[in-house]
Amino acid sequence: MRLSPTGALRQSGNLFAMALDVVRSLPRRPFQAREFIQQAWFVASVTILPTALVSIPFGAVIALQIGSLTRQLGAQSFSGAASVLAVLREASPIVTALLIAGAGGTAICADLGARKIRDEIDAMQVLGIDPIHRLVVPRVLASMAVAVLLNGLVSVVGVAGGYFFNVVLQHGTPGAYLASFTTLAQLSDLWAAEIKALVFGAIAAIVASYKGLTAQGGPKGVGDAVNQSVVITFMLLFVTNFVMTAVYFQVVPQRG
Amino acid sequence: MGVEICVEGLTKSFGHQVIWQDVSLTLPAGEVSVMLGPSGTGKSVFLKTLVGLLKPDRGSITIQGRDITRLRERDLYEVRKLFGVLFQDGALFGSMNLYDNIAFPLREHTRKSESEIRRIVLEKMDMVGLLGAEGKLPGEISGGMRKRAGLARALVLDPEIILFDEPDSGLDPVRVAYLNQLIVDLNAQIDATFLIVTHDIASARQVPDNIGLLFRRELVMFGPREKLLASDEPVVRQFLNGRMQGPIGMAEEKDAAQVEQELAQIDEDGPAGAPAPRLLPGPGITRPPRWEAIARREAELHGAEVTSP
Repeated sequence: MRLSPTGALRQSGNLFAMALDVVRSLPRRPFQAREFIQQAWFVASVTILPTALVSIPFGAVIALQIGSLTRQLGAQSFSGAASVLAVLREASPIVTALLIAGAGGTAICADLGARKIRDEIDAMQVLGIDPIHRLVVPRVLASMAVAVLLNGLVSVVGVAGGYFFNVVLQHGTPGAYLASFTTLAQLSDLWAAEIKALVFGAIAAIVASYKGLTAQGGPKGVGDAVNQSVVITFMLLFVTNFVMTAVYFQVVPQRG
Repeated sequence: MGVEICVEGLTKSFGHQVIWQDVSLTLPAGEVSVMLGPSGTGKSVFLKTLVGLLKPDRGSITIQGRDITRLRERDLYEVRKLFGVLFQDGALFGSMNLYDNIAFPLREHTRKSESEIRRIVLEKMDMVGLLGAEGKLPGEISGGMRKRAGLARALVLDPEIILFDEPDSGLDPVRVAYLNQLIVDLNAQIDATFLIVTHDIASARQVPDNIGLLFRRELVMFGPREKLLASDEPVVRQFLNGRMQGPIGMAEEKDAAQVEQELAQIDEDGPAGAPAPRLLPGPGITRPPRWEAIARREAELHGAEVTSP
């Protein structure tokens, strides 16, 4: 492939065009329920365990950092509040984003890319079936659903990990830790995190599908596509996260 | 009853590289045509353009009065239901067994009951000689079986046009012979329009009604089989005889002086002999009038041994 100054623009244009195609195909019947369930199960199965394992140390690190700080300030009773706030607002969407892109997105991209280079996608189009409707839409929806659920999982496991480290290892007070949960965090934080996860899931699946469906040049092409899809997704997710967080702070009044 | 495909002034390029330009031909309804060409002359690209997977730069492809190069995506999917395409490696869905692969188009496009689907799938599998392999996954079978399974899947919606992308690549000569017989039998049975893209000369000599040759970014010639087999056009003669002497070189083109010299040398060999006998539908197949006529003509040309039993 030759480098051209318009290449990057064309790529992002095509990606956006496919995102629009996905939106347009969403209401089309028949809905591919079978594919959706299979994909949701598949994405969940490749992400649940790594997500849980990543979120334990994540919660623990936050608890450790906050724990020593609050003790020096004499504000141990607030360590629960800070820990919940950090996990719920930032850690869980970020962990979800990393895992949904790193584990779910790569799997989707590799699967579609392998199908593409084996001519399966062309064959499907020739058989009169739109791969966007048949393959991409169920994957995007599955990835969104799983991302929302994963976000819940990360929040619970992260907070539990924080509790364990704060209470058991740093000898914090269990009651104070639990009681201070809602001093800084509020319910809208959870909603905001879930909406973030929903958007992250959609972005990860659309980028992965786009990269997979445009893979070319044999098995190496699939490898390249997977690699690029992870990098692009990460960049998009972190930018989106920043924007959504900024908007959230403007829209929802904060406590404390 | 097959459909005519009318291609006019078709041009395709990737970036600055022209693949072929000004390709004009008509694939007659119900007939078998072969598109020949050295490797890398864009035969597969031509095939993909015919089904609308690739958009040409210029030109038109008319099928049933509709120009498929200008159709909207939604209409294109409708027109594609006329097509059955056999891809190079069969392009079977790797996650499904052969039965589900072949049943896939029926399940997606029709409201047939599972028992009716089963009847049709088994009928097509019988046609390509794959009965008993329903439960196998595409990864577990040989290339030849994958091709036949791909063919069965292409046949399942009773297409009017069947395109074959190198049906003989990667197969041994015996399997190629069987596959060619299968193609001829199918044409006699279902009357669809066939286009076979290949570089196998033996198949091109035996199977088709029409032959086309792509070389040097254009369609050198397209016409009835007898005409091309007897043609004096240097490129056609070189390719159909599989010789090194002629305009086609290892890196596609040779310089003119060398070609002159080589051609002078071959001319001493004299003109090509009578065209090879045509492959006819097997004994068990009921021949439609078109094939009856072909069989009679072949019998006149080559003696009684090729008449129908």
